[in-house]
Amino acid sequence: MNAAAGVKTLRIDERDFSARADETILEVARQNGIFIPTLCELKGLSEVGACRLCLVEVKNSNRLLPACVTRVEEGMEITTNSQRLERYRRSILELLFTERNHICSVCVSNGHCELQSLAQKLGMDHVHFPYRYPKAQVDASHPRFLVDHNRCILCSRCVRVCDEVEGAHTWDVKGRGINTQIISDLDQPWGSSETCTGCGKCVHVCPTGALSEKGRSVAEMMKRRQFLPYLTLMREDRE
Amino acid sequence: MTPEELQEISDSEKEAQSKYSHTVNVCVAAGCLSCQSQNVKDALEKEIKTQGLEQSCCVKGAGCMGLCSEGPLVSADNKILYKKVAPQDAPAIVQSLGQAPVSRLVCATDVPFFQKQKKIVLENSGVIDAERVEDYVAASGYAALIQALTEMTPGEVIEQVTRSGLRGRGGAGYPTGLKWSTVAKAASARKFAICNADEGDPGAFMDRSVLESDPHRVLEGMLLAAYAVGASEGYFYVRAEYPLAIKRLRLAIKQAERLGLLGSNICGTRFNFRVDVRLGAGAFVCGEETALIASIEGKRGMPRPRPPFPAQAGMYGEPTLINNVETYANVPSIIRNGGDWYAKIGTEKSKGTKVFALAGRIQNTGLVEVPMGITLREIVFEIGGGIPEGKQFKAVQTGGPSGGCLPSQFLDMPVDYESLARAGSIMGSGGMIVIDETACMVDVAKYFMDFCMSESCGKCIPCRAGTYQLYELLNRITHYQASPQDMDVLAELCDLLKNTSLCGLGQSAANPVLSTLRYFGDEYKAHVSSQTCQAGVCGNSGGAR
Repeated sequence: MNAAAGVKTLRIDERDFSARADETILEVARQNGIFIPTLCELKGLSEVGACRLCLVEVKNSNRLLPACVTRVEEGMEITTNSQRLERYRRSILELLFTERNHICSVCVSNGHCELQSLAQKLGMDHVHFPYRYPKAQVDASHPRFLVDHNRCILCSRCVRVCDEVEGAHTWDVKGRGINTQIISDLDQPWGSSETCTGCGKCVHVCPTGALSEKGRSVAEMMKRRQFLPYLTLMREDRE
Repeated sequence: MTPEELQEISDSEKEAQSKYSHTVNVCVAAGCLSCQSQNVKDALEKEIKTQGLEQSCCVKGAGCMGLCSEGPLVSADNKILYKKVAPQDAPAIVQSLGQAPVSRLVCATDVPFFQKQKKIVLENSGVIDAERVEDYVAASGYAALIQALTEMTPGEVIEQVTRSGLRGRGGAGYPTGLKWSTVAKAASARKFAICNADEGDPGAFMDRSVLESDPHRVLEGMLLAAYAVGASEGYFYVRAEYPLAIKRLRLAIKQAERLGLLGSNICGTRFNFRVDVRLGAGAFVCGEETALIASIEGKRGMPRPRPPFPAQAGMYGEPTLINNVETYANVPSIIRNGGDWYAKIGTEKSKGTKVFALAGRIQNTGLVEVPMGITLREIVFEIGGGIPEGKQFKAVQTGGPSGGCLPSQFLDMPVDYESLARAGSIMGSGGMIVIDETACMVDVAKYFMDFCMSESCGKCIPCRAGTYQLYELLNRITHYQASPQDMDVLAELCDLLKNTSLCGLGQSAANPVLSTLRYFGDEYKAHVSSQTCQAGVCGNSGGAR
């Protein structure tokens, strides 16, 4: 049965699937309409496995594995949803909500926010950890965009798209642990950045209202991501 | 370098040393240096000069002699050990050479602290001059390397290491032979060998001391590993807080290069190896192998998910071997004496010896090397000399922030990887902090959580925000502000951290809390329900720290 090289068969949620050996659990699940929550992952960017929402149970593995970076293996038996996973995912979302100031009602991304919609979808109807209410900055020095650290979840999509797709590497990360923060260039105002090309890719890959276009009011900031699969496809063709 | 040339160096060094009828070793590793052992050494040299004994007596700056709490340590003719030596004691010591020792300074060596130890990694520490390669060669140094290069295939080197049963000394205890053979089998023209000297556990100073006292041994072990796995490039990743270790390591590399033991066509074979030193800027997480590699590559030191493991794709995506200082330091002895010799020491699954750094509330603070399988009681009460000031033993903390606190019921448990893990702690890299009745265990857990919180890299959410929430919770408990429901949240967060964090730091960050909850749950309960701290550490003004 396994004569075809590079093809693996596996079970996800009691259903049998076949997959290419270089595909991840997440890719196979998506192709087959199985929902696994993600926040840091975005097709077209490298995977970092940081948000831990896509953790799945794999039979005979004593650890939970991140679906976005785990390659399929022959005979894998995967459970994408269980009470335990639901509990962990809700706790992780709660930790994200307590970490900074996510106040949906006054956010430019209200109604179009990945964090918000995941919380709704996973039934996170209350937060039982104390909120931190940190004092976070807003940098509006760029002529067209602004970064609001109150809404940042440190998914690093902006860092990756700027480095891997635009090639500017304006964004990076400073600090450690709870004090980690996204910075432009060497921690200077975005408006004075010498590397930023003003392309706006970071704004549109941002899952929350942390990066937005100026002039948008509450709930007006819709993100447009069509460019990313398109660019990826065009680059693949050229190679 | 040929075997004959090595022999020649060894012979001429031995001859030079035999000209002296007396040798005085002064510890010049960090511990004794911090209590002015350099002044003692200078005074001894001066005294020998004024007495006109330059031809018959020599003073050597040697490495760590173990009993750091009694420093500065001086040993005369490697037989008599003097403790707490001051520069003004120099005349008395020099006069006593070959005669009765200076009784007021003598440190007894027939006590368990010295008798119960078995030295492999530390066999040269305190005996040879770490800054002279000739001294190392005279102590059979580099013999194993030359033997391997000229008489053994890489496969045979790996076989000896596999037979020895050596396991990674950095903490996780992964079988070293298996790791080596995985890297050896990886198909790539370019491979790397890395030495992890980013020792970061609070209270641990094993790797530092080995690098300061016997850097060539680590280098030789790494060369053997590189030959075995087919690596041609190597890096030492040393934390920048260890300036003396870095200085001596760099010197050792230079000396080895000059002797042709590093570089191209080593010993006239096709084996090439060059090695560089990289300094860690003080991030604890850079001891995690994928973060360490990222840091050497010049990136931000953050872990990435494994697999792929560094053995398949490490430095610049090439197969990479990473071992800890102590692991490499064991290898020359294994090759010299054979894997079977090493496998005779220790227990069934944990072979050989382990170096521990004894710290905390213990009489004999210092560095000890003991065979695996020794009991905690022997380490703490016999070797360590027990608890000072007549206080009661409460717990021993092993494995640093990833480990746990073991109470007195485990004192008779043998020290090996499996037993420690079963008891809820880990072997870790060898830090051993003894805690007495004056400490509050919630406060101890809080200290380690504070450490993990500030050392979290911030990449994954459970560790970044979870350690913060846990620390705040422990802080509330030590301030008597926690409710019984908070105890459920505490358990929930520990479980979340353990099961969902990205790397070992996050996955094990809850261990100090979990182990204290398990064995000292009453203390938590007393803080929460009756606002009392048995040890009297916590109060409304908070913990001791």
